[in-house]
Amino acid sequence: MPELPLLSLLTFLPAAGAALLLLLPRERLSLLGGLAVTVTAVDFTLSVLLYARFDPAEAGMQFVEEAAWIPRLGVQYLLGVDGISLPLILLTTLLGLLVAAASLPWIRERAKEYYICLLLLQTGMLGVFVALDLFLFYVFWEAMLIPMYFLIGVWGGPRRIYATIKFFLYTMAGSVLMLVAIFALYFIGRAALPAPTFALPALLGVVVPPEKQTWLFLAFALAFAIKVPMVPFHTWLPDAHVEAPTGGSVILAGVLLKMGTYGFLRFALPLFPDATRTLLPLVAWLAIAGILYGALVALAQADVKSLVAYSSVSHLGFVMLGIFALNVQGVSGALLQMVNHGLSTGALFLLVGMLYERRHTRMLADFGGLFRVIPAYGGVLLVIALSSIGLPGLNGFVGEFLILAGTFKFWPLYAVLGAAGVVLGAWYMLWMVQQVLFGPVRHEANRNLRDLTVAEAGILAPILLLVVWIGVYPAPFLSVSEASVKALLARVEHGPSAVGPAAGGVDGQAYGRPARAAGAEASLALPRRPQARAAGGQP
Amino acid sequence: MPPLDWAALAPTLAVAGAGLVLLVADLFVGPERRAMLAWIPIVGFGGAAALSAGLWRGDARVVAGMLVVDRAACFFYGLFALIGILTVLLSIPYIRREGIEFGEYYVLLTFAVLGMMVMASAADLLMFFLGLETLSVALYVLAGFLRHRLTSNESGLKYLLLGAFSSAFLLYGVAFLYGATGSTNLEAIQAALLPRASPGPLPAVGVGLILVGLAFKVAAVPFHMWAPDVYEGAPTSVTAFMIAGTKAAAFAGFLRVTPVAGTSLQGAWPDVLWILAALTMGVGNVAAVAQRSLKRMLAYSGIAHAGYLVVALVPGSPLGTAGLLFYLLAYAFMTVGAFAVLIALGQRGEENLTLDAWAGMGTRRPLFALSMAIFMFSLAGLPPTAGFMAKLYVFSAAVEAGYIWLAILGVLCSVVSVFFYLRVVVVMYMQEPGAEPADLRLSGATALATLLGVAGTLYLGLFPSGAWEVAVRSAQHLAGMGG
Repeated sequence: MPELPLLSLLTFLPAAGAALLLLLPRERLSLLGGLAVTVTAVDFTLSVLLYARFDPAEAGMQFVEEAAWIPRLGVQYLLGVDGISLPLILLTTLLGLLVAAASLPWIRERAKEYYICLLLLQTGMLGVFVALDLFLFYVFWEAMLIPMYFLIGVWGGPRRIYATIKFFLYTMAGSVLMLVAIFALYFIGRAALPAPTFALPALLGVVVPPEKQTWLFLAFALAFAIKVPMVPFHTWLPDAHVEAPTGGSVILAGVLLKMGTYGFLRFALPLFPDATRTLLPLVAWLAIAGILYGALVALAQADVKSLVAYSSVSHLGFVMLGIFALNVQGVSGALLQMVNHGLSTGALFLLVGMLYERRHTRMLADFGGLFRVIPAYGGVLLVIALSSIGLPGLNGFVGEFLILAGTFKFWPLYAVLGAAGVVLGAWYMLWMVQQVLFGPVRHEANRNLRDLTVAEAGILAPILLLVVWIGVYPAPFLSVSEASVKALLARVEHGPSAVGPAAGGVDGQAYGRPARAAGAEASLALPRRPQARAAGGQP
Repeated sequence: MPPLDWAALAPTLAVAGAGLVLLVADLFVGPERRAMLAWIPIVGFGGAAALSAGLWRGDARVVAGMLVVDRAACFFYGLFALIGILTVLLSIPYIRREGIEFGEYYVLLTFAVLGMMVMASAADLLMFFLGLETLSVALYVLAGFLRHRLTSNESGLKYLLLGAFSSAFLLYGVAFLYGATGSTNLEAIQAALLPRASPGPLPAVGVGLILVGLAFKVAAVPFHMWAPDVYEGAPTSVTAFMIAGTKAAAFAGFLRVTPVAGTSLQGAWPDVLWILAALTMGVGNVAAVAQRSLKRMLAYSGIAHAGYLVVALVPGSPLGTAGLLFYLLAYAFMTVGAFAVLIALGQRGEENLTLDAWAGMGTRRPLFALSMAIFMFSLAGLPPTAGFMAKLYVFSAAVEAGYIWLAILGVLCSVVSVFFYLRVVVVMYMQEPGAEPADLRLSGATALATLLGVAGTLYLGLFPSGAWEVAVRSAQHLAGMGG
């Protein structure tokens, strides 16, 4: 019996929902929103189903689907998940659902187009996380820009047009160079493999000469570094974040930024292991610069939203540092921290949005003493801020601790500098909490604020639950990815050359085999399925 | 007189026949019913497309070796027929609105397509020149067809003067090649040149002059000066036809002379081409950034796209040639589609052509705005559209041949282009409408042309395999011609 194509369903269900929305009348706001929430809820359920059926012991790709797309070029429709992408898929569908639900009372203008963009964006993001063919990945990566561009540009703040064009041009400039690099890799692969292909599992078997690796790595890294964003490619982020509507900010911070770090883990590191090791200090220093710079700039912000935006630069610096520690603690911690950041920063943006709906301002100076007026809101904000700081017992602590522990192992100096970032992080976050929640009530307008509604509490509850759960008992979250992370690190450590010339595929053997024999590439090689190899090697 | 292969000539004859029928039918159709005349070229082009699809597997030399009807020629026949049909569709409401609904319009359009078909299948330089002149003379008139409007007159006159100039270059080049080899037949020229150790200066000068003539026609920098004014001043429907059709026909000419050019200029041919490509991409995109008129922006965008197309010629590889063919097809859909929207949302006297007039179009005309957005994303080369696939094939051919930096330059130019294409989308969706919402009368024909454009743009973007296969096999055949 043919298996249900779970990944395709998961990825394209939101797009189907968007097509359905197109047919609905634009006046029926509740119907439009209700459909969007239903679609994202079903999509979330599908991802939970995926999680339930996922085998954490298997390091390789699971739920693999493949079909020819452009056979003449060797482009395949090749999907799969492993322990690295699964947590991000769950994060995406969860945030997608929460954003759709949270937007219901907020979006009154052009609601139809808004939900269409939101759903198409979700398809694009999920596609990025499940695509295993570089070409397919690139298509999702670029196509995803379009709905985000509209989200910021149509429903954003006063400087939205500047922000959205900047966002678009920055991201596109990075990714087109990656496209050229993808082609360069493709032609290197064509010389070594029995058939030209863009499939990642096959290309991992190609030994790329070290000097070419450096250039290719740089081209890929530029695309990903802009997305992360790493200093000095971060300037689009504060603009985009501040101008985006709340839903857009949540998705942007929660998921889009993770696509950059995911790109490093999925493509840049395993494809170019030698270059990874050579350029490691450069990336590590940029990561540290991001941690410190982001935190310092956050301290100086008067607008809560841009404070949270700069805190993202700092937090993503931690993630990059953890990835480039190149050991199990570091990478697992980075992966966990990606999820943590998605949860806590997503929640922060939601909270800022909820406050903005009540007061129509985001300036720190306009608040103060809110804890007394709206205690439930204050409580949630406090917990989320503490989670973002990394208080033990909440999720942020586990991730940051693992990252710093991993970093300390290979170079204590990086860890010390990184830890300084933690201190700065506590500073700006507590400063923000203090300005908003504590002290006297400075403005009369704040005296009659409404506390969290049941619906708002319902939206924040799942995040709070996860924040505490991961903080207290992170084992299930870490174990999902452990096998895949180990396999990835083995590959970066030894490179494809470690598995012998056969890995190059020049002997005409199917390229799945040497990978399995060495175990080094297992995480990214296809599982042992006959049709996987047959389709990968078609002329 | 040698026997003629009527079957191989059938597509050309179908179009020529449609033109002749039009000439006669025009005499019997009253002014109110002139729109009916549009059916004649549509049937003619449709028939030509169907006939060339049937011929696609063959390889015939006809009219004493003057014409070659191979797969590439059939591909171009089909492409020209498509461009012709789309142009007729968007012309129907446009020429009525502008008060130029005369039968001659369709006659000239039909003969222009005939000229393009002759160019694409020319095996002899004289035949190519004949086709070029048939096309050009028709276009000189069409560009100035809005005779009561000054800009249109300027457009026609400018195109006539510079077009004649470029034709003279081309003819002079043909003369040099004839002097060097004693023939105007491309295969004969190639056969005469190949055995020589060094072809000498004569063929090189000849090819150089032909190159200048062709570069004028595709509006490659630095031979592009005429293009923005001519494209802007010509009737919008004619601009759409010129920008997609003339360009395709001139690139067909490029493909036909490539073997001879390669032999005559030796290693210098790719160098000349990449310089041309780099200049054209750079100047076209940067100049487009500064435009406030949508039509003029599309004119510069046409120059920029000529640059991407020249990139496809640089490697001289089958992949590049196939990329060129695919690109021309994709470009026809997206650019004629964009002009269709321009016409649909424009008014008599074309006051809607500045960018500001498009503010709020996303809510006023959601479907046309959505179509325009798709065309803009496609022209900018974003997936999942035809423009993305087309650029990808072209740049991958450049990377394959080792011109990685040319590909990098190309993609960076694309990033520049994103700015001005997206500005249209910004204005349509993100700015509030300023003046009163214009009262638009929509026509089914333009809507159909837009719909065809959208369908083609998305289909080629999502499922490029079929068209790519056809392009690859057409290109293989072409590579075989003349060595």
